[in-house]
Amino acid sequence: MNNSGYQTHISSQFNAELEDVRQRVLTMGGLVEQQLLDGMRALIELDVGLARSVIRNDDKVDFLEVTIDEECSRILARRQPTASDLRLVYAVIKTITDLERIGDESHKIAQMAKRLAREEKLEKSLREINSLSRLVAQMVRDVLDAFARMDAGAALEVVRRDQGIDDEYEALVRQCITYMMEEPRTISRVMNLIWCIRALERIGDHAKNIGEYIIYFVKGKDVRHIPIDEVEREVLGRNPDQSAE
Amino acid sequence: MNKNQSAADPKTMTHPQDTTQNSRAIKIETMQRERLSTRIEDEKIALEVDNLNLFYSAKQALKGINLQIPENKVTAFIGPSGCGKSTLLRCFNRMNDLIEDCRVDGQIRLGDKNIFDRDVDVALLRRRVGMVFQKPNPFPKSIYENVAYGLRLAGGPQKRRDLDETVEWALKGAALWDEVKDRLDDSALGLSGGQQQRLIIARAIAVHPEVILLDEPCSALDPISTLKVEELINELKRDYTIVMVTHNMQQAARVSDYTAFMYVGDLVEYGNTDKIFTSPSKKQTEDYITGRYG
Repeated sequence: MNNSGYQTHISSQFNAELEDVRQRVLTMGGLVEQQLLDGMRALIELDVGLARSVIRNDDKVDFLEVTIDEECSRILARRQPTASDLRLVYAVIKTITDLERIGDESHKIAQMAKRLAREEKLEKSLREINSLSRLVAQMVRDVLDAFARMDAGAALEVVRRDQGIDDEYEALVRQCITYMMEEPRTISRVMNLIWCIRALERIGDHAKNIGEYIIYFVKGKDVRHIPIDEVEREVLGRNPDQSAE
Repeated sequence: MNKNQSAADPKTMTHPQDTTQNSRAIKIETMQRERLSTRIEDEKIALEVDNLNLFYSAKQALKGINLQIPENKVTAFIGPSGCGKSTLLRCFNRMNDLIEDCRVDGQIRLGDKNIFDRDVDVALLRRRVGMVFQKPNPFPKSIYENVAYGLRLAGGPQKRRDLDETVEWALKGAALWDEVKDRLDDSALGLSGGQQQRLIIARAIAVHPEVILLDEPCSALDPISTLKVEELINELKRDYTIVMVTHNMQQAARVSDYTAFMYVGDLVEYGNTDKIFTSPSKKQTEDYITGRYG
């Protein structure tokens, strides 16, 4: 379960604090993931009640962000963590920012669902957006698992997948443009859909960011803004060509 | 093993997604409660200092101190040298009585009793309020005798078997037993500094005090021994009220629940350690803990 060694301090209090903060991140992650799934279901099924509940629950996500931030600043002030402890606290602070943004994007999707529910149904595009949402939700789930296990390999896998999401996003947007050109009277509705697609793509980016923080924590290397093959070298510690074998 | 399987297993253990909406909500509510962090007003008070002034001859070392020490918590006094923190600590078991020309007015209440009252038995007070000093000061006797000596003096168990039990209990309480159980008859002077300090703590707790005063308990110890003693302090607070003086601000941040910042005889700020170390309300405190003066 714990391959990060943060449970081995002489101070049991410090161990408990780090474990507590980690558990809170997982709680927040679980809530955010549920928000995403509910937001998407509200959109696909045009379920206004569910959309409202997602909008309401956004406060809980915000609350968790604030308390975890407080807890981290407390740990920084009282423990002056170093090395892997410092990286853990740092990774947590960064992670919850991205989790909160995922929450915000889910909130946006729920709002779009409410708006679209008032209008005529758009059968065709919804099916495709559903498949993108499944990919994104899986990415979020996997990155949270990687976080729970502090598994750099699993995190790398998530980081890799972001490119696929981006490709899917562009294809969907192109499709929406064609749709709008064919039937200009659907423009306002399809625009709303495009906002949702955009939100999903952003959620993919946030999941990727979290993957990068996990790699930072485990490997001590900042892998943001570098090509994916270099990230692979950092994580796998070998030439990516070899890993393909 | 199939990759998906390996990912699913830990998920059932750790992934909160599977917990019901309800149980998650409860957890968040708990956090909401916890967030209202502890305040002295909500604590049971062990020691209450009331308008305490202390003079060494004509020089005033403590100026109108008012302070409440909560029970079963660690309270730390910090401040630059000469600010009066050790003087205040020594008031709690009247160690200042031993200093000539030292004059005190004001009150310190332990329970309902002012410890400066004429009818207070100072020896008994010091049994209720034990003290550990900066440098470990074991008697030049065996490890066993170091703990047993105070016990016998305090009229504790006289039978060898009862005494053995209490010594073992105290050494275990001080997290030293495992390291010394096979050499109880060896000289205490052969122990390392950190072990000696824990032996002194064992000696202090052997007589079941209510309050333990620690005057720079780790300043003569290496970093690992320091962490061990700090961990011990954290365990001891379950049974005792701890008051400590430390030069090491980081130590106060690590171990204490409440922190008092003193400066030339004044109590500048006193409150929850989280608050003091994340957003103190006085500029003087902020300057001191951030290393801007002192």
